[in-house]
Amino acid sequence: MIERTPILNAVTHTVLGVGLLVMCFPLAIAFVAATLPYEAVIDVPMTLIPGSELLENAARAWERGEFATQGVNSVVMTLGILFGKVACASLTAFAVCYFNFRFRMLAFWLIFITLMLPLEVRIVPTYEVAGNALLPLQQLLEVLWLTDLVAWLAGVEVALEWNLLDTYWGLTLPLFASATATFLFRQFFLTIPEELAEAAKMDGAGPLRFFFQILLPLSKTNIAALSVIMFVFGWNQYLWPLLITTEPDMRTLVMGLENLIPSEDELPEWNVAMAGTLMVMLPPIVVVLVLQRWFVRGLLGGEK
Amino acid sequence: MIKRVLFRNRLLPYLLILPEVLIVFVFFYWPSAKALFWSFTLEPPFGGVAQWVGLDNFRELFSSPEYYESAGITLIFAFWTTLISMGLALLLAIFVDRVLRGLVVYRTVLMWPYAVAAPAAAVAFQFIFQPGVGFFAFLNDIWPGIWDPNIVGADAMAMVIVAASWKSITYNFIFFLAGLQAIPRTFVEAAALDGAGPTRRFVTIVFPLLSPTFFFLLVINVTDSFTEGFGIINVMTQGGPGGATNILVYKIYQDGFVGLDLSGSSAQSVVLMALVVALTFVQFKWIERRIHYAE
Repeated sequence: MIERTPILNAVTHTVLGVGLLVMCFPLAIAFVAATLPYEAVIDVPMTLIPGSELLENAARAWERGEFATQGVNSVVMTLGILFGKVACASLTAFAVCYFNFRFRMLAFWLIFITLMLPLEVRIVPTYEVAGNALLPLQQLLEVLWLTDLVAWLAGVEVALEWNLLDTYWGLTLPLFASATATFLFRQFFLTIPEELAEAAKMDGAGPLRFFFQILLPLSKTNIAALSVIMFVFGWNQYLWPLLITTEPDMRTLVMGLENLIPSEDELPEWNVAMAGTLMVMLPPIVVVLVLQRWFVRGLLGGEK
Repeated sequence: MIKRVLFRNRLLPYLLILPEVLIVFVFFYWPSAKALFWSFTLEPPFGGVAQWVGLDNFRELFSSPEYYESAGITLIFAFWTTLISMGLALLLAIFVDRVLRGLVVYRTVLMWPYAVAAPAAAVAFQFIFQPGVGFFAFLNDIWPGIWDPNIVGADAMAMVIVAASWKSITYNFIFFLAGLQAIPRTFVEAAALDGAGPTRRFVTIVFPLLSPTFFFLLVINVTDSFTEGFGIINVMTQGGPGGATNILVYKIYQDGFVGLDLSGSSAQSVVLMALVVALTFVQFKWIERRIHYAE
């Protein structure tokens, strides 16, 4: 800072103070509402002084929203996505950086271009594939007349099917691929000193041993940064789980929130809804705040 | 780019890339190709043989007033969300860049909205903006009927724009702050010595140096508001009232899943995909340039 005039300092802190208020406003209101009894939450104008019923409201939201089941689903989905993304991305980046093979750049670009195909623009056909993940293979075989060949040779109808709807695989597997994570790992591997691979080779380590015992341990900080971003990404998934789950006990917390919004013909128990919302918001907020340093690194690094 | 020291193995690299390439093929390219195919055919929703109709679906799409209405709504939504979110983020970043004391506190508090799921933010904002209860209900006590997002389209639009902007401020803020902190202090100090005031310094030095970040964020924000409004809209308004918040992404979902109009929905997907691809190319160009600068 160059000028240190009191006026400029005052302006700075005023603007920032207002900014903080604005950013905290929704959470603050949600929190106040979550602590109020029903009679107080429907009051107009709403009080801004917290009440004392936070735990009661939270308990009712927990029950009404079936948070126990949905919580398990959310955790499984989040950790599944996180692990899957890190595994897929690091393996691909390792292959692309440390091997020279045909289609190397093609594979990299194939993955990178998926950035351009967000789920939102290909909803319906992706749903069809989730209904049977082997459908592409089946249809390829049909086009090549291999199904007919098998039917003629062995007399067996070839019908490949792997239904992902309402399964944990369905919630996680389609989200394993990550252009951002692959790119991040590639950028990092490129900065690793050549001598390491050379030394490892000289000592007789194979590529897999090098990957698991040298490259991955060196990537710890990158994996941490990536994990924070992916945790938030996974936990907050909404559209995809919405599409592929129909059974209530496969829903995730973020989806279940909708059921807490009071509809027209029931008591507007917004205090319970807000308590539920707070609980659903909490895990990723905690992760981001506690691991703030990694979070910023991952976010900025992913775009480089 | 590749490492200088390489491993040699005929099969292994293919095995290593197999998982990701398979997933990408099955869940990205296959569905996208399918959407393209469906957009040129008339697809019966409950099975049966597809009929090739050429450009009919697109012709129908571009002659439907609802589509233009939805496109217009998307533009309004994208414009205001981007403007509000980037504007506030830039303002906050400039001031956070100035403070010496309390930097950590400010940064921490501005950080967490990124972690909030869009639907969760939407539920909170929906309560805040209810006409009968919640924070803004007092408006209706003073002037009855002045605010009702459940009935008035413009109110509903304002509500979803506020929620979506709030949600994306953090992302913009982090990038703006990183951009500002990367500007060499000596430039700004030299200008100050020459007598340039804070405004002048911002216009002639800081902003030009920040412009790569600015354009990058602009593209990201516009792309995101085309594709990521879904969670907020689905929770808060379901495209209503009377289609007032029916942005293109939501219309694709509605037409495809609720209306079971696979061909029409696919044609819309293809148009939106083309738009996103075009925008992403702009962004790639930018990334290319930035890497060039860095090396």
